[in-house]
Amino acid sequence: MADIAVLLKQVPDTNAKIVVSDDRVDEGAVNKWSMSPYDEYALEAALTQGGSVTVITCGPDRAKKMLTDAAAVGATNLMHIVVEDLTTLDSNQISSILAAAVEKTGANVVFCGKQAADTNAGSTGPGVAEKLGAGCVTMVSELSGDASGFLALRPSASGMERVSVAAPCVIAFDKMSTELRRPNVKGIMMAKKKAIETMSIGDLGVSIGSASVSLDKQSPPAEKPAGQKFEGAESVSTVVGKLRNEAKVI
Amino acid sequence: MVTVIAETSGNSLHPVTAQLVGAAGGDATVLCAGGVGAAEAAALSGVSKVISVEGDCFSSFDGGAWASAMGSLTEGRVLAASTANGREIAARIAAAKGVAVVQDVTSISGNTVSRPIYSGKAMETITISGDTILTLRPNTFPAADGGGSADVSIVNQSADVATSVNEAIAKASERLDVSDADIIISGGRGMGSIENFSHLEAIADQLGAAVGASRAVVDEWGMSHSMQVGQTGKTVNPSLYIAVGISGAIQHLAGMRSSKYIVAINKDADAPIFGVADYGIVATWEEALPALADALSNL
Repeated sequence: MADIAVLLKQVPDTNAKIVVSDDRVDEGAVNKWSMSPYDEYALEAALTQGGSVTVITCGPDRAKKMLTDAAAVGATNLMHIVVEDLTTLDSNQISSILAAAVEKTGANVVFCGKQAADTNAGSTGPGVAEKLGAGCVTMVSELSGDASGFLALRPSASGMERVSVAAPCVIAFDKMSTELRRPNVKGIMMAKKKAIETMSIGDLGVSIGSASVSLDKQSPPAEKPAGQKFEGAESVSTVVGKLRNEAKVI
Repeated sequence: MVTVIAETSGNSLHPVTAQLVGAAGGDATVLCAGGVGAAEAAALSGVSKVISVEGDCFSSFDGGAWASAMGSLTEGRVLAASTANGREIAARIAAAKGVAVVQDVTSISGNTVSRPIYSGKAMETITISGDTILTLRPNTFPAADGGGSADVSIVNQSADVATSVNEAIAKASERLDVSDADIIISGGRGMGSIENFSHLEAIADQLGAAVGASRAVVDEWGMSHSMQVGQTGKTVNPSLYIAVGISGAIQHLAGMRSSKYIVAINKDADAPIFGVADYGIVATWEEALPALADALSNL
């Protein structure tokens, strides 16, 4: 069975309120940090394969908890590349770092989420594939087979399609119909004792150059002007009239 | 110098391609994968050159192969569509060139770009340097007009293909996908049951709209995840979004708040969905939907 590397990112829980202060999203105001939802499916799919699963994350110290959570459901090895502020790195640098980390594990199959719930970018899966010279299938919602030949379900222009791909490859997961496994007490206890291999970017021996983008500011979304509110179903025809004559969208 | 990677839909250009050319602001080179849409691209104003990139690797989508075949032909800033394929190609070209990609950009001013983060719960403004790769959110930038007459050249490329399509599965219904629709009508838990979505489908047929759903009904009633609008579903920005029986969890608002016009129908006058609605109607769906069907047929 192939060893699989799973790329994980810790993000504010999708139910968390995002507060901006001093031109940055206020991390202190985030009440709960979670594994990015699509990454949970990547981890689940990797565990289902039954071989060794190394989970890798790049991020600040708080991300260690997510690695321990992954161990509690069965991840075998935990790797943490410490980066205090991910917004200082661009997509190319992140891809270089994660590709180097994957190479260090020896895995030639990489699973990740189709995008992280904070940046919503989706650059990492294909970016890491490029650095590794690997094939990549994104938006995967079902997977069968193994490293000698995966069959992955992804959207296509005319519906869905099953695509075959073999190692070396990166598979970026969408939400799947699979139930996510939950940790049991034994898993949680074992995970607490599991060592996290912690390293810096320098320890990976990868040259990442300098960022070609810099973050100026983060800001709250533009406030919408207050809308018009009507009572009762008898107002529906009024609203339809406004959609036709005021908004001109129907 | 800007290179545009054309987005196609079937055998013709996807409308977002004209928006990419519009955002390029003139002197754009357009790359057409497999030659699809080359003549259409040449007729857009602001296009100085079209390259029809041809080769066996374009017979089905393979992000690595397509990026490799087109990446070497790009010059200057690269613009692609923020669609599934566009994002994948852009990410690979960027990683191959060792430059950054900024995905889902909604405004460009010189070297300053902005994009939504946290599915629209916040925005970020970024300064780019050098030849960066950008993907642009569809329906955000004005489209280039017709009237151009650029030359089309053909370049044959070969690239290693890592994937092959084993089985194509046609869409279960002919209904529009929420990602492509200009009008969306979505239902939430307030619809009571999955069977009641037939009432939304009837309105959708009248409007030529797509039917969407909240996370709650996808998770609890087993509706297709492809219909889910929200942070863990699709982010949409149609001209008109009609939310029926959706309370407006932060997760859902994140996926649809950038819609041009929002109509909310909910029996709870305090539902958060009314906070983002241009037109709110406090009513049950049982009363409001028949009235909506009548009003639409009277237009």
